[in-house]
Amino acid sequence: MEIKKIINRVLKSGLITWVLLLAIWSIGSLFYTPDFLPNPIITLDGAKTLVTSGTLWTDIFVSMSRVLKGWTAGLLFAIPVGLCVGNFKWASYVFEPFLNFFRFVPAIGFITLFLLWFGVEEKSKVALIFYAVIFPVMVNTIAGVRSVDHSLIEAAESMGASKRRTFFTVVFPSAIPNIFTGVRLGLSSAIICIVAAEMLAASEGLGYLIYTSRLFYRTDWIFAGIFTLGLIGLLADMLLRFLGKKFLYRFGVR
Amino acid sequence: MYIKLENINKTFGNFKASNNVNIEIEKGKLVALLGPSGSGKTTILRMLAGLEHQDSGDIYIDEKLVNGIPVQDRGIGFVFQSYALFPYLTVYDNIAYGMKIRKKSKDEIDSKVEELLELVGLKGLGKRFPDQLSGGQRQRVAFARALATEPQVLLLDEPFAAIDAKVRKDLRRWLKEMIEKLGITSIFVTHDQDEAVEVADELIITNEGKVEQIGTPVDIYRNPKTAFVAQFIGDSVILEDYEYEKLKGFTRQEGAPKAAIRPEFVNVIHSSGNKEQSSAYMPGKIVHTEFRGNSMELTIEYEGIELKAAHQIDDFQAKKGDDILFKVTRLYAFDDDNAYTLINEILKDNPEMYYI
Repeated sequence: MEIKKIINRVLKSGLITWVLLLAIWSIGSLFYTPDFLPNPIITLDGAKTLVTSGTLWTDIFVSMSRVLKGWTAGLLFAIPVGLCVGNFKWASYVFEPFLNFFRFVPAIGFITLFLLWFGVEEKSKVALIFYAVIFPVMVNTIAGVRSVDHSLIEAAESMGASKRRTFFTVVFPSAIPNIFTGVRLGLSSAIICIVAAEMLAASEGLGYLIYTSRLFYRTDWIFAGIFTLGLIGLLADMLLRFLGKKFLYRFGVR
Repeated sequence: MYIKLENINKTFGNFKASNNVNIEIEKGKLVALLGPSGSGKTTILRMLAGLEHQDSGDIYIDEKLVNGIPVQDRGIGFVFQSYALFPYLTVYDNIAYGMKIRKKSKDEIDSKVEELLELVGLKGLGKRFPDQLSGGQRQRVAFARALATEPQVLLLDEPFAAIDAKVRKDLRRWLKEMIEKLGITSIFVTHDQDEAVEVADELIITNEGKVEQIGTPVDIYRNPKTAFVAQFIGDSVILEDYEYEKLKGFTRQEGAPKAAIRPEFVNVIHSSGNKEQSSAYMPGKIVHTEFRGNSMELTIEYEGIELKAAHQIDDFQAKKGDDILFKVTRLYAFDDDNAYTLINEILKDNPEMYYI
């Protein structure tokens, strides 16, 4: 029984995936030079160098502060707008064509324009993330508002709630699980977008690290950068889900 | 009349949900809107609540015309079929919702919620969330919540539909007692006859957007006025083309070729029974039996007609293929519009108890 339990736990933890990945990677690296495919140990060494020199920390910090700024700004804009578009006909007439057009244009397509308009400094990157974040958040928020159980609205109204009160006490709380999904998707869009942006126009950041490592033939650094990105994304999402479960459980966030 | 609907019409697209509906309800009555699905009963309830608006006609509540008054200001309490409790609010907050809108003080809300929780038998569960309650408990919360705003009328849409059979029976009785205690005028929608009869003081039978008949359950069971009611109420067998003439004690009612016969109108005795008992008995054969817990439903064949009979198990053992004697005490003959109650002429002289 006990052994079965332990095996079950190991299986569920996803540990197997990582062991498998490392194994395939190690075996694969036997056939190539480290410049082409560095093995896990070389990569770890490279990561150590980056950590001790402090570059990795700086890059993480720079990238993440951009992500955080753009993401927060995006949420502050997209959630209220999404709620309005979902709830009010007039808002959906105005915003939805715009939304359905631009959400198919990836943020990367705007890099040059944003550099031109907002300069090569931080502003253009934050704006780019903002752009990348608002679409998943808005689309999910709108879906959340539109899927509100209509009988809840009628129940509130039958007890005397005005349209305004119904909006704040029924529509918004009911849409929270969808909004939260949007928030999570927004974060992953932001991370994807910042790396691409930093590759093209930056002097710091994880994207910059990955992109410039090719100049020094440091394939191991590229790998280190990729792993860092994956790890940050994973941890950030875990943190978000944990917070969601803790504080939004009653709204149905699981 | 406390509640009055006058010449109400309502269509959804091509569908006529209400066809010239006229209803009057006395204050303090517990009324059931009974009809098959799609008969327009829920629409009537929702128009009364102000959740739906009639195309034409007038609705009065407490002698006040409420046509233009939105749901918020109609002073009604509505209990939804799916309970419609706010899942993200506690039981306490669900019940307090309407009172907060009315800007009641914290103390006032506290004591009222306590009072209501006690009334519905959920004392001490105020901190729970709806998903921590059973179906029956949720329904009680929904009921308490609807009462919290002290409405003049309580409207319930299929209040027991989502609850399993055993709990449903208890809950019905509970609701009836509760409403009688409060004396609040209440209207509920149901498609379940047993439920309507057991709970309501008065039934409103609807069909295809029209009101077929209004009356007490006994009245409607004994004297169905329309062809639809004769067939719909009770578990009737329908005979066509004056077939009912073959039954002893019944003669043709001109213009009413069809007949509805309920199992409780058919009385079965053992074939060795004393034939002299009454000349109304006819010989029949049991072709099918169905066990109904404390009774059996027998299907009897007689001269090409099949009838259903309710049979008490204690009387005698009856099984498929048995020859028995039976009589029919009454039936409803009807044409396309009207129904007539025909009582067995042989039995008229020495009347027996009629089952309702």
